[in-house]
Amino acid sequence: MNSSVIVFPGSNCDRDIAVALEKMQFKNQMVWHKETKLPKSDLIVIPGGFSYGDYLRSGAIAGKSLIINEVIKSANDGCLVLGICNGFQILTETGLLKGVLLRNKKLKFINEDVNIKVINNDTKFSNKYKKNQVLKINIAHNEGNYFTNSDHLKELNNENLIAFKYCNESGDINQSSNPNGSLENIAGIFNSKKNILGMMPHPERMVDNLISNTDGVNLFSSLLN
Amino acid sequence: MKITNQVVEKHGLKIEEYSSIKKLLKREPNLLELGIFSAMWNEHCSYKSSRKHLKNLPTKGKQVIQGPGENAGVVDIGDNDAIVFKIESHNHPSYIEPYQGAATGVGGILRDVFTMGARPIALLNSIHFGSPNHFKTKSLLNGVVSGIGGYGNCIGIPTVAGETKFNSTYNENILVNAMAVGHAKKDKIFYSKAKGLNKSVVYVGSKTGRDGIHGASMASAEFDENSEEKKPTVQVGDPFTEKLLMEACLELMKDNSIISIQDMGAAGLTSSSVEMASKGELGIEIHLDKVPCREENMTPYEMMLSESQERMLIILEDGKEKHAREIFKKWDLDFVVIGKTTDSNKLVLKYNNIIKGEIPISALASKAPIYDRKWVRKKLTKSKVDLKKLKKIKIEEALVKILSSANHSNKRWITSQYDQMVMCDTAQKSGSDAAIIRIHGKEKAIAVSVDSSANYCKAHPISGGKQIVCENWRNLISVGAKPIAITNCLNFGNPENPEVMGEFAECLIGIKESCEFLNYPVVSGNVSFYNGTNRKNISPTPVIGGIGLITKFKKPINHQFKKNNSTILLIGKTFGHLEQSSFLEEIYSISDGQPPEINLVNEKNNGESILEIIKNNLVSSVHDVSSGGLIVTLAEMSMGSNYGAKIIKPKKLTNLFNYFFGEDQSRYILEIEKGNLEKVEKILKNNNIFYENIGSTQKDYFEIQGELKININALYKINNQWYNNY
Repeated sequence: MNSSVIVFPGSNCDRDIAVALEKMQFKNQMVWHKETKLPKSDLIVIPGGFSYGDYLRSGAIAGKSLIINEVIKSANDGCLVLGICNGFQILTETGLLKGVLLRNKKLKFINEDVNIKVINNDTKFSNKYKKNQVLKINIAHNEGNYFTNSDHLKELNNENLIAFKYCNESGDINQSSNPNGSLENIAGIFNSKKNILGMMPHPERMVDNLISNTDGVNLFSSLLN
Repeated sequence: MKITNQVVEKHGLKIEEYSSIKKLLKREPNLLELGIFSAMWNEHCSYKSSRKHLKNLPTKGKQVIQGPGENAGVVDIGDNDAIVFKIESHNHPSYIEPYQGAATGVGGILRDVFTMGARPIALLNSIHFGSPNHFKTKSLLNGVVSGIGGYGNCIGIPTVAGETKFNSTYNENILVNAMAVGHAKKDKIFYSKAKGLNKSVVYVGSKTGRDGIHGASMASAEFDENSEEKKPTVQVGDPFTEKLLMEACLELMKDNSIISIQDMGAAGLTSSSVEMASKGELGIEIHLDKVPCREENMTPYEMMLSESQERMLIILEDGKEKHAREIFKKWDLDFVVIGKTTDSNKLVLKYNNIIKGEIPISALASKAPIYDRKWVRKKLTKSKVDLKKLKKIKIEEALVKILSSANHSNKRWITSQYDQMVMCDTAQKSGSDAAIIRIHGKEKAIAVSVDSSANYCKAHPISGGKQIVCENWRNLISVGAKPIAITNCLNFGNPENPEVMGEFAECLIGIKESCEFLNYPVVSGNVSFYNGTNRKNISPTPVIGGIGLITKFKKPINHQFKKNNSTILLIGKTFGHLEQSSFLEEIYSISDGQPPEINLVNEKNNGESILEIIKNNLVSSVHDVSSGGLIVTLAEMSMGSNYGAKIIKPKKLTNLFNYFFGEDQSRYILEIEKGNLEKVEKILKNNNIFYENIGSTQKDYFEIQGELKININALYKINNQWYNNY
């Protein structure tokens, strides 16, 4: 499977995701933000970091960059797109995913391992997970507090477009297992065609037992499936 | 502008120093030249009070590639891999403007590391605040932590370890020390020494603004009630630009374009150009009209003294300009040839081809003043604490009080604000004795830790200096790493005060003694004097940052109990030394008496034996016994784990408080599975190590037989409430 990782000035999880993709046998290429053409890709990843310093608003400038036009085109043609952390923020800025990521409820950057629950496992991104499986995945963000309007929230629920929700170790989804104030504990969502996934947790950080755990591996093997 | 005595003093120079300047120049300097002298001759840049003592530190060893004197120290970790690291203070700016002060502290130390060709792989910090009750402490804590996180998180280097302490000695002068660690190829290290005539001197990075002018001079004076007015001397950081600058520099470093490179840190363009020329025994000519400026109408004086961040000076090989320019253009950074190297041995500053200043390089560097300041020895106090005269307290109550204190509480509120995982090589995060960072794509890893013991250093600087090196060494040992070298940040008061100077001189004697004995050389560092306000000096606070190597990294070792019914061994002798302990400080506010003694022979022997035990995979968890003594160490091993401990009371000891809270040195706790006990005991006996079997692990409870029994979750809660309630 061919993957492309978009590199913006200020991206800082680009190497991490590339290492994870290569470990999972993807044929990966890095694509600089000033490019105007994408290499042939089955998967486009927008990595975490602080694209363009996150000035103006997280992801706002990247959402208007040269390469992003190509990402939008490919996404509309059905190419798989994965946005992680800053990548999720960028996807909401482009309109490929609806909603916004507000500042964390407590107004502090949060880096910790949290539990998330697989809500929809019937997608290209999650078919190797079990439904309601609880994963332990690292988060690292200042703006991860997902919010959207009530119509879209209804759509997310009715169309089964919520990918992951924050929960505790036993899978309970409640306010005390919500690290950032996100609406309905949402940690990741799909677009209506389910070819785009935006998520705040970092699956690329969870592919090596010596460093953390391997709860992120199945996201990548789902894509290869 | 006429240079009067008042102008000289405003530049932080003494009248005698001004006379030397006139002698060296054989004339009066103009204002620009005076500014340059003030930038180079201040304490922060010239090390004029400390140099004489720093000379005595051990800086050599088989493992050392580069010792002090460069942007950072470099050590060899085998297979053409090198580790580049340094610690630096940003105390004064952080007190005036905590967010930017701390952020630019991180930015500055990162530049020191990637300037040498290393990709930064870890950040650490040591931060000291005043009493939690002091009205400024809360906002300073908030600002500093956000600033450290803000910079490190954005640039994408994990902040993996640190220490945070509170003491009223820092009420009006906090300490913010930042350490950066990088990985380079041994045959691709870059230095600041200029070479060759007529080579292009290139300015890269951010534009120059009016921020941070005289920052280094500000950091070379005590605070007074007007310190708030010094805010404009604090620099403003932009981690995004630094990320671009780092990537651009590392990209340019892949081939042989660079002759020498130096970041513009303290005293900006002045110190970077002078340092490069001085090391290369060359002259340098700079055309100031070419310097990229952020603001209009900046004067040569402002350009030379600005401490705007994220800038570098590079001397390029002939014919490499086009290639280098393209790289910096790719990263949207300024790239301007602003001058050249010359054989004049002078710093020549021109604006529109008119000479604005001309100073012999040697006058700024090698001929800068060096002082042999008066210093007095600290007498070792004889006072002993008589527990019988103190108000009685139960062991359990004392333990709870210590675990819930500001200084011993879990620091998760702080560490969760730092990205510790980015780069995906952090195998062990904050909260352990040392963090472990895997070398990317390799089997080996390094361990890192920063430590200080201001109370011990205050009580007896020689013992204190000796102790912190050992404490740091022990922390690396505890995670299975062989300690290889240190960097130090020496935070002291006013060196013109003989007592402060004595603390400095004697701490260094102690540091030297331990470093020599343990083959643990000092490869980089920084001195920060004038920490104090209105003649009240801080306690001497040398901070040690150590690096250790794990050649074959298979699994991280940490301090948390892992299994039920393991044997708990205490390594090292317990005498019950309570003076200068956390127990006396937290429970009785007593800070009299001697710090604990260290026997370096035992220290080395104990540490090396622990390494042998870890290497043979015989131990489940390890923790060194430090602040708070045996009981706090055991509690720390229980909290956050599923297992607690069942400890047997000692048979022969006179007083339980001495036994459980005493801070005797060179001790460790080991958790050993029953099946491994025989093998471990054999190693300990072979190496003549003193050890005791003090109990075993058990589920759910922390217990001292006949004294206390607490659920470990309750203990965890007690330890985690302070920051959330503050």
